[in-house]
Amino acid sequence: MSAARKEANAGGRWLGLYVLAYLVFLYLPILLIPLFSFNDSIQAAFPLQGFTLGWYETLYGNPALSGALANSLVIGFVAASGATLCGITVSYMDLYGRSPLAATISAIARLPILIPGVIVGISLLILVNLIGLGPSRVAIVLGHILVALPTTVVVMRSRFAAIPKTIREAALDLGASDWTTFRRVMLPLSLPAVLSAFMLAFLTSFDEFIVVFFLAGTEPTLPLYIWSQLRFPRSLPTVMALGTVILAVSFVIATLAEILRHRGLGAARRNPA
Amino acid sequence: MSTIVAARPSPETRISPVFRFAMLLPGGVVTFFLILFALGLVLFLAFRSNDGSLLGAGLTAANFVTVATDPLYWTVTLRSLVIAGLVTLATVATAYPVAYYLAFHAGRRRNLLLFLVTLPFWTSYLFRVFAWKIVLAYNGVLNSAFIESGLWSEPTLAFLNTPAAVVVTLAHAYAPFAILPIYVALDTIPKSLLEAASDLGARPFTSFRRVVLPNSMPGVLAAALVVFVPTVGDYVTPAMVGGPASTMIGTLIQSQFGKANDWPFGAALSVCVMLVILCVVLVARGADRRFGSRT
Repeated sequence: MSAARKEANAGGRWLGLYVLAYLVFLYLPILLIPLFSFNDSIQAAFPLQGFTLGWYETLYGNPALSGALANSLVIGFVAASGATLCGITVSYMDLYGRSPLAATISAIARLPILIPGVIVGISLLILVNLIGLGPSRVAIVLGHILVALPTTVVVMRSRFAAIPKTIREAALDLGASDWTTFRRVMLPLSLPAVLSAFMLAFLTSFDEFIVVFFLAGTEPTLPLYIWSQLRFPRSLPTVMALGTVILAVSFVIATLAEILRHRGLGAARRNPA
Repeated sequence: MSTIVAARPSPETRISPVFRFAMLLPGGVVTFFLILFALGLVLFLAFRSNDGSLLGAGLTAANFVTVATDPLYWTVTLRSLVIAGLVTLATVATAYPVAYYLAFHAGRRRNLLLFLVTLPFWTSYLFRVFAWKIVLAYNGVLNSAFIESGLWSEPTLAFLNTPAAVVVTLAHAYAPFAILPIYVALDTIPKSLLEAASDLGARPFTSFRRVVLPNSMPGVLAAALVVFVPTVGDYVTPAMVGGPASTMIGTLIQSQFGKANDWPFGAALSVCVMLVILCVVLVARGADRRFGSRT
């Protein structure tokens, strides 16, 4: 083994330790929330005061909380459906539409990455007031479609691009119409990515706060409810219990989305023709 | 065979207009109406004066004159730029070694590690910020842990409500954004380049400095952009952990559409933020070209 190689391996070990420390930095503050949600004290401070599930019990039978949760679920579902539909069509046409318009739409669809959330929020606030809609659940759905759009476009575009061109050409050569090719060939082949894009869009909407702050009417979403509770020190443990549940659900959904994304790509490589 | 293929219309030319229209419709509506038209409204409103109505009145540059002449807005803009710049620098500098490890040393653990560093991205931003509030608070985790361990006898107020708290919190909240672009840039560097450098006698550090680093600059710039943009307009973190000394431009925009209720002025501030971001994007583009983007 050359000296250079040895040096590189030693460097790799130090880097490995650094990555470990980085992961601790990344996760430690987040994991404090579950830790203190089981702590029998109103203060989030050491030493721990003993184990309790009492804060979780306070989550039950809270109509404001369950209303906000129902709102978030409905809005997340509708917004994710919209964002996924746009992600599928925009990226498909970008890759196969061969028109400048399709390429332009795809470029603009990824633009919200370069707009701070506060500006997305106020621009939509002006828009929904102009068309007479006002701050409402529909307004939040529109906002969340925008926020999730870059994600769904990127996920779907990389999936469509990974399907060998010959499959689509074969379908078209065998007489399938554009619509049939899209619906019977391309869409089934990218189904795992569609599910993955949907889940990520749902998570984005479910956790989103910056845009929703401007667009919510009388019916708050879950993050807005949490924000309203943060003002009262007394309700902090309840917020942490709620946060723990949300974190756990987010982790599960994100993990499923990741598995689906990889499974989809693997299937495409295994069956190239 | 080839003559038969040539005789057929190529698949691209026979896309039916109905299919094309139906497929372009959802994206078209969203991009042109929700993005371009809505941003156009902001630009229009920025040149109106506030008369209490939705779209204001008249046509004036007074909002921009106020922004340019009132020192308050210069202070806050400068502070936002400094905070966002520090956050970007910290995030990119700490993410680079992680991306480097993922690209060159992770081996079988690569997919797991990639997943672990991106997972926090999908958790609530509000909770990531809230977590720091309970860490830094006067009666919080850090103070109580230090007192418990006997390092300090008194809790300190020095953590919460400082610009430093904003920088740390934002750097943590946006950390996952930075790793992926850098990793992709590092991963696509052809291995033959590294072998060539090593064969030509370059020490690992030299080959890093002269080959890896320049080739990964497009990823570094992309990472800097995706961290800088959301942080420069952030208003939640300053409100939660920053205190009054950390008011950022996003806070001012938010209050114009809330308590202050001067939408045209808020729109003008938004236009200024977008102009700043445009400048940053152009600088990043220019730097990207200098390094010879491979994308």
